[in-house]
Amino acid sequence: MSQVEEHQGTRRDFLYYATAGAGVVVTGAAVWPLVNQMNPSADVLALASIRVDVSAVSPGTQLTVLWQGKPVFIRARTEAEIAEANAVELSQLPDRLSQNANLPDDADASDANRALSEDGVWLVQMGICTHLGCVPLGQSGDFNGWFCPCHGSHYDTSGRIRRGPAPRNLDIPVASFVDETTIQLG
Amino acid sequence: MAGIPHDHYEPKSNGEKWLHTRLPIVGLLYDTLVLPTPKNLNWMWIWGIVLVFTLVLQIVTGIVLVMHYVPHVDMAFASVEHIMRDVNGGHMIRYFHMNGASLFFVAVYAHMFRSLYYGSYKAPREVTWIIGMLMYLLMMGTAFMGYVLPWGQMSFHGTAVITGLFGAIPFVGESVQTWLLGASAVGQPALNRFFSLHYLLPFILLGLTIVHIWAFHTTGNNNPTGVEVRRTSKEDAEKDTLPFWPYFVIKDLFALAVILVVFMAVVGFMPNYLGHPDNYIPANPLATPSHIVPEWYFLPFYAILRAFDGDVWLVIATQWITFGIVDAKFFGVLAMFGAIVVMALAPWLDTSSVRSGRYRPMFKYWFWLLVVDFFVLMWAGAMPAEGIYPYIALIGSVYWFAYFLVILPLLGVIEKPLTPPATIEEDYNAHYAPKSDGTPVANPAE
Amino acid sequence: MNMIRKFTLAATTALALTSGQAIAAGAEIEVTDYAFSFEGPFGQFDQMQLQRGLQVYTEICAACHGLEYLSFRNLGDAGGPGLPEDQVFAYAEFYEVFDQALFDGEGDFRPATPTDKFPSSNLANAPDLTLMAKARAGFEGPYGTGMAQLFRGMGGAEYIASLMTGYHEEPECALEGEPMDGYYNVAFAAGGFPESCIDDNGHHMVPGSWINMAPPLYGDDVDYADGSSTDLEAVSMDVAAFLMWTAEPKMMARQQAGLTGVIFLTLLSVLLYLTNKRLWAPYKNKKK
Repeated sequence: MSQVEEHQGTRRDFLYYATAGAGVVVTGAAVWPLVNQMNPSADVLALASIRVDVSAVSPGTQLTVLWQGKPVFIRARTEAEIAEANAVELSQLPDRLSQNANLPDDADASDANRALSEDGVWLVQMGICTHLGCVPLGQSGDFNGWFCPCHGSHYDTSGRIRRGPAPRNLDIPVASFVDETTIQLG
Repeated sequence: MAGIPHDHYEPKSNGEKWLHTRLPIVGLLYDTLVLPTPKNLNWMWIWGIVLVFTLVLQIVTGIVLVMHYVPHVDMAFASVEHIMRDVNGGHMIRYFHMNGASLFFVAVYAHMFRSLYYGSYKAPREVTWIIGMLMYLLMMGTAFMGYVLPWGQMSFHGTAVITGLFGAIPFVGESVQTWLLGASAVGQPALNRFFSLHYLLPFILLGLTIVHIWAFHTTGNNNPTGVEVRRTSKEDAEKDTLPFWPYFVIKDLFALAVILVVFMAVVGFMPNYLGHPDNYIPANPLATPSHIVPEWYFLPFYAILRAFDGDVWLVIATQWITFGIVDAKFFGVLAMFGAIVVMALAPWLDTSSVRSGRYRPMFKYWFWLLVVDFFVLMWAGAMPAEGIYPYIALIGSVYWFAYFLVILPLLGVIEKPLTPPATIEEDYNAHYAPKSDGTPVANPAE
Repeated sequence: MNMIRKFTLAATTALALTSGQAIAAGAEIEVTDYAFSFEGPFGQFDQMQLQRGLQVYTEICAACHGLEYLSFRNLGDAGGPGLPEDQVFAYAEFYEVFDQALFDGEGDFRPATPTDKFPSSNLANAPDLTLMAKARAGFEGPYGTGMAQLFRGMGGAEYIASLMTGYHEEPECALEGEPMDGYYNVAFAAGGFPESCIDDNGHHMVPGSWINMAPPLYGDDVDYADGSSTDLEAVSMDVAAFLMWTAEPKMMARQQAGLTGVIFLTLLSVLLYLTNKRLWAPYKNKKK
């Protein structure tokens, strides 16, 4: 009698576990969409990548565009500004990392690692001070780059922090040239 | 405490005792789960679980939809399309919610007709029945207001028609209608308040669900025989019942899973079958759809509303007696709400000494006629109010009222019911022989 | 009753039907049950057909009708027309959209980008087409039961294709009365209908009604790069399929989810059935 019961017992247990398991799987499958719906929707994701027409930006001027709710500085630099940026020794920099999302994390902060184009003309960076998130002013400050009026952070012509409370160089977003006059952000 | 005698929760460890003296919540859950349930419940006793599941489904999907929906006349329609197109899985969630309303009503109608057949509304379960009817009214209100939110053509013009019902009330109708809409016509104020109430009412429903369950846990479940569980002793009660967990939970879950297979097929392959194409056209106050039809679950009562037009002698007589205060329009509104009121009064209109329809030879036919009548009314409600359809609706409506107001009271007097089995155990053993102890099987009841 | 009458009246006025014409309720329409690739539980949108339909929309329908709920980026979505990214950009640039952010908030027109939506209709009386395939039901009945839709589907795409091919010569009965505005179409229900085509019992003697839209397609209206047929029926089906996709872009995902759900829940049902049977076995000895 006991043997029969044991045998039945295992079969019964297996059935019960299988049922409970299937119930858990079905419940989980039903719960996942309810969680996932809070992730960014397709229209939001589509805005994660925008194209900017820079044909009207001549050397010495800057275009500020809004991307994902944040300002992005797109600057065509003059020869003088490029030269000034190249003249800076890495040792003079508080932050020696490029902070460039297109490069490895440990890339150094040389101007070549900051500029978007080979010739160094185009510099694309987030217009957000790395201190507390104010928007820096262009062509001002002690290093002819950007100056954050909130707490006095000075950035050079390559967007690198030189003096003031900001801990990092201005962040450089993922960016690339689609054609000669169009930059894709993201 | 009233109720069927059964084992109660005994806290064992010190921790359990500590909690139990402060908050006996484990005991409450235990008592709910081991509730002695008549062991002869048939497959019509599964709809309660389906309804609880659907209420939760609607609340959960609803909360999720609100995260993306915008209750504004210019943006509501577009925000629904945003859900359908851009939100991750949004199209499924919305179709679940949309068809969930239909599942809700399928289940509630089955639940109600089960009660009507087996006499579940009769004493001592009148309070359960009345609370159930309140919940049904709340459900209808909630479903109606939910249908307004997508702000399509049917949403808009359906709202105009339904709130127009309140405009039919003599003297104060127009003020009531304006108060409901917050304006002289359907617009932003109406959309905003319907959105608010559509969010609120399901939680009230949830509260009433708990009261509903509390009520029938006190009286005990009815069962197909209509015979009460013996309460003389725990041993007697155990012969009539089995604990709710696991016997009825698993049974109900099986039924729920089967129903969800069908539900899933509807959502996956024909999610718009039960809806109306006109609601995919944005609301336009300047153009009315040629044929306004409410959702299918309102159709029987919509048919009753339309059945009593100015040509029916009863309407003419009422109008004359009341000096024109009750005109045809108001009569229709009264009839529609009256159809639900007479149903709610069933416990007092039914005079039969026997509870279950199983032992009532004449009642059976009238009951099934009522079921047929319900579907006929549903169909008549969907047809245009012209030709033969208003007559069909009128006959159907008259039968609806006659069933509750005339047939139920009379049957109790003229019908000679069969003798129900003495106990649930007897009925059960008539179907399923006892396994081991060889108790003699009673005579089959039928 | 009063209310219904009132609304019928409002409908009649709103649709600007001339007095004496019957309302749409009595109209019979002829809708052909075309076989579309996306029908049935395993149906799929035909990518090439969607691209052809997009071409028909762009070259013909877009002159009047908009697609205001569709974004240009959707043209690149998997399961849709599936245009490559550069083509989506190129296609969007054909359109101009108004951007309020330009000119310091004064706004100006600029070429559209993939994240923009298609423009809305150019003509006030040309309905938006995004949801048209869901806003119309091609099949109904019999006798108001909806059984036809249960077996043949809602028929939105069939309705659109039938409308495109449904322009016929005016029936003889229409020539007896006053000339009708618009064009006779056997698939259109909501338009004007001449008194002279209604018999003594109030029944319409001919299907359809008179539609304001001039026949948009005649056959050979477009040149397909893939060499598909450009006869009237083929082009009508292409644009109908495209509009079904614009109305229900997630149809494939939905059907897949439905199928997965049905399979899993069936499995769960079987397991629960066995569990339930096992559980009740000690109490249920079927009487011999």
